[in-house]
Amino acid sequence: MAKSTFNLPAPAPTITRPPAVSGLLAPTRFMRLVALVLFIAAAVLPFISASPYLISILTSAMIYIVLAMGLNVVVGYAGLLDLGFIAFMAVGAYTSGILTTQFGWSMFESIPVVVLACIAAGLIIGGPTLRLRSDYLAIVTLGFGEIIRITAKNLQITGGATGIHGIPTWSFFGWSFKDGLELGGITFNSKILLYYFVLFVGIGLAVVAVSRLGKGKLGRAWKSVRDDEDVSEAMGINGYKTKLMAYIIGAIWGGFAGTLMAAHLSAISPNSFEFLYSALVLMAVVLGGMGSTPGVIIGALFVSLAPEFLRDFSEWRYLLFGVLLVVVMIFRPKGIWPATAVLPFLKKRNIEEVPPTEAVTVVGELDDEFGDELDGKRNANEEGTR
Amino acid sequence: MFQLIWDGLFVGSFYALVALGYSMVYGIIKLLNFAHGDLYMLGSFIAFVVIGGFTGLMGIGSIPILLLVLLISMLATGGIGVLIERVAYRPLRNSPRLSALITAVGVSFTIEYAVRQIFGAEPKVFPLQLSGQPMQVLGARITMPQLILMAVAAVLMVLLQRYVMHSREGRAMRAIALDQNASLLMGVNVNKVISRTFFIGSALAGAAGVMAAAYYGTIDFLMGFVIGLKAFTAAVIGGIGNLYGAMVGGIVLGLLESFGTSWFGGEWRDVFAFGFLILFLVFKPTGLLGERVVERV
Repeated sequence: MAKSTFNLPAPAPTITRPPAVSGLLAPTRFMRLVALVLFIAAAVLPFISASPYLISILTSAMIYIVLAMGLNVVVGYAGLLDLGFIAFMAVGAYTSGILTTQFGWSMFESIPVVVLACIAAGLIIGGPTLRLRSDYLAIVTLGFGEIIRITAKNLQITGGATGIHGIPTWSFFGWSFKDGLELGGITFNSKILLYYFVLFVGIGLAVVAVSRLGKGKLGRAWKSVRDDEDVSEAMGINGYKTKLMAYIIGAIWGGFAGTLMAAHLSAISPNSFEFLYSALVLMAVVLGGMGSTPGVIIGALFVSLAPEFLRDFSEWRYLLFGVLLVVVMIFRPKGIWPATAVLPFLKKRNIEEVPPTEAVTVVGELDDEFGDELDGKRNANEEGTR
Repeated sequence: MFQLIWDGLFVGSFYALVALGYSMVYGIIKLLNFAHGDLYMLGSFIAFVVIGGFTGLMGIGSIPILLLVLLISMLATGGIGVLIERVAYRPLRNSPRLSALITAVGVSFTIEYAVRQIFGAEPKVFPLQLSGQPMQVLGARITMPQLILMAVAAVLMVLLQRYVMHSREGRAMRAIALDQNASLLMGVNVNKVISRTFFIGSALAGAAGVMAAAYYGTIDFLMGFVIGLKAFTAAVIGGIGNLYGAMVGGIVLGLLESFGTSWFGGEWRDVFAFGFLILFLVFKPTGLLGERVVERV
């Protein structure tokens, strides 16, 4: 360690932090418990009711959560508006669809290629535009979404307007979900196996990884750039690289959701990747709460399940979603479950009001007269705090 | 060759009209109004309704009726534009840019699906069709309606240019574009001028919508989506926030598309246009006529 020229003591803390809240009602612990209960409930559900319809809509809803968590990185953490997010899903779905149907690869083998394709797509779109003002990105992503859709519609290899059919379900090293699985006398069919796969790998990876990413160093850099890019640059964060990372990570998640969707529906066509669907994912993130994991999950479940449960409403839902988007932005810009929300019955850590500190600046040598005065002040300060 | 240039100019004049409104709003409050393309769509649907009420007058001849309908739709879309600004954008003027952008997407969605709920999802046949004998000029087929529509577009653009550059209100607009707070201190009624900008921009989009409907013959509730994107592309090519830039950008985009279609085939036309948008943003983000935009902290 280099010897520093100035050996100033670290300033004494002006307040003592109250101890962390313990017990079952501590906010983080409580939320984890709720998540665990929901997770177990979702895992037990197929034993209670294994109707193909229920399993199918729940699988779709979970894929939606994966997608929304990916967009949450881009919009919620990094504050970049992506209006063509579904294009990454298209890249993922088409890449794995082409590799499995035309080259005979398994879904599992296609994943590295999907990831590479998504990184490439993210670099092509994000690379040039992230240097510009944030609103340019919004419109470029909108254009990119259209480019991908039109390209998929016009190329031979993507099956033109009809798309790709007969995409096989997930398989590992020669064992496919299609074969089913017998475990302890219970037979799991391919749909239920895919349900579990999406639940454990998809949701696990998406929710846990994204929320942890958001808390780590990179996540804090994202939020800092979102709140004020100039200040974060002054603090030594490379704004461009940070935003590009968010964009690429979002793209990978989108592509992964695409392969899950391809395996789930076994057919994809350009019409599944219209702007409408990008807007729906955006709504899931915005209505739920940008940057808030529980919020995004609630939003994704609402957007994907509402039309299933409210049949009459499905005609009106897009109009309603549009109005909701405006209303939420004006009256509750942080969504129904903001990132900092704590349920009212949970224990909160009481942090006292911090008194405004007096500026203490001692660098180098000062005039005797002035230095004395300052020393006196510092001593007084230290006494005051102890 | 001349045919391609002519087609490009013709389509480009529509793009320019829509791009003008986009560019004006962006220049003044730095908001990408995603709903702008939908005002274009609304213009055509309002004209559709108005003509429906006018069927008795169809004998007079289609051009005067078209102009009257054009005027009515322009007033109506202008009013709707002002309403949108008042209800959705004004409360968010001081919030982060992301909120305003998301709101704009919400407004666009609301308009599109409200129109779908009222008129249905199927394309409608526009009752007023312009037809005419093509003339041969330098080997290009030019029809009378094309000439009339281009003339209307040109007149509107000249009027707008006179208004913004040579009137008191226009000066207020330019002042707000430069510095909103300073204009407020100088006694400019900022809210009023912004409302007026929305009125003019939306009216121009509505006019373009009516003209496109009369020319192409069918309208549907999603017709504004692609044109909104194209108009933005045109505004970027010309230099966003710049009045002449929007006009030049519209024409350039029209020409590019016209040539792109003949080289690559019609199905790649939109890919070509949006590809150009990305290229422009990479190599010349300020556009052909734009000045360097310094982002203030």
